[in-house]
Amino acid sequence: MRVPILKLHNYLLVSIQIELDDQTAMQFQEDLLSKIHETGATGVVIDLTSVEVVDSFIAKVFGDVVSMADLMGAKVVFTGVQPAVSMTLIELGIYLKEVPTALDLEQGIIKLRQELEEK
Amino acid sequence: MKETVSSVAIKKEWDIVAARQAGRQISQRLGFGSVDQARITTAISELARNIYLYAKEGEIIFDEVHDLPKVGLKIIAKDKGPGINDLSAAMKDGYSTSGGLGAGLPGVKRLMDEFDMESGDTGTKVTVIKWARP
Repeated sequence: MRVPILKLHNYLLVSIQIELDDQTAMQFQEDLLSKIHETGATGVVIDLTSVEVVDSFIAKVFGDVVSMADLMGAKVVFTGVQPAVSMTLIELGIYLKEVPTALDLEQGIIKLRQELEEK
Repeated sequence: MKETVSSVAIKKEWDIVAARQAGRQISQRLGFGSVDQARITTAISELARNIYLYAKEGEIIFDEVHDLPKVGLKIIAKDKGPGINDLSAAMKDGYSTSGGLGAGLPGVKRLMDEFDMESGDTGTKVTVIKWARP
């Protein structure tokens, strides 16, 4: 199983709609970085609206992908984090402070635009 | 007092997903709300990953607890691995011997209502319970 990555102008859009096991998560990380390289995308929105569980491993993969994309010159924003996922992560002790987030896809795009124009 | 026991063997990575899916189904059936379902599934994921990383093999056992009027889900994570050397260190936030985030065991304890752990040369057994709110 692979997570589809769509290109829209300078952005890549991802909506995670499958149950992420460790392998799929690692594969996604690799695929996303290749796609950034291939397309020269400057921004990425990863939508988590359909994701019901984020455990410490998946959280680490998400956190890492932000830093990895940043090294390549692309900004990543996560959107649509469910209330239950947000509560569970904080209780688990995972704060993901370095990870930019927005309420939904629309806000995510706005946030990317703002961040990229500042530079 | 009715008890229904089921279990998922943890041998390969995908079994972590199988265990949390089983946990989600049982917690739905027991009437847990969506936030508690997320807490339970995440806790199972952490426990199953510990088995996979440290002991290679083990099992996650689900046990419905009917202690009327309370209904709960008991989850036992059992393995025959090398055991945990330093139990108190393993319960500290940020402690990890595997390069993970170290959120594992103390995080699981916070997500669940009851937490118990035994570890020795013959393996590790972690027992947690979440009570459904009426």
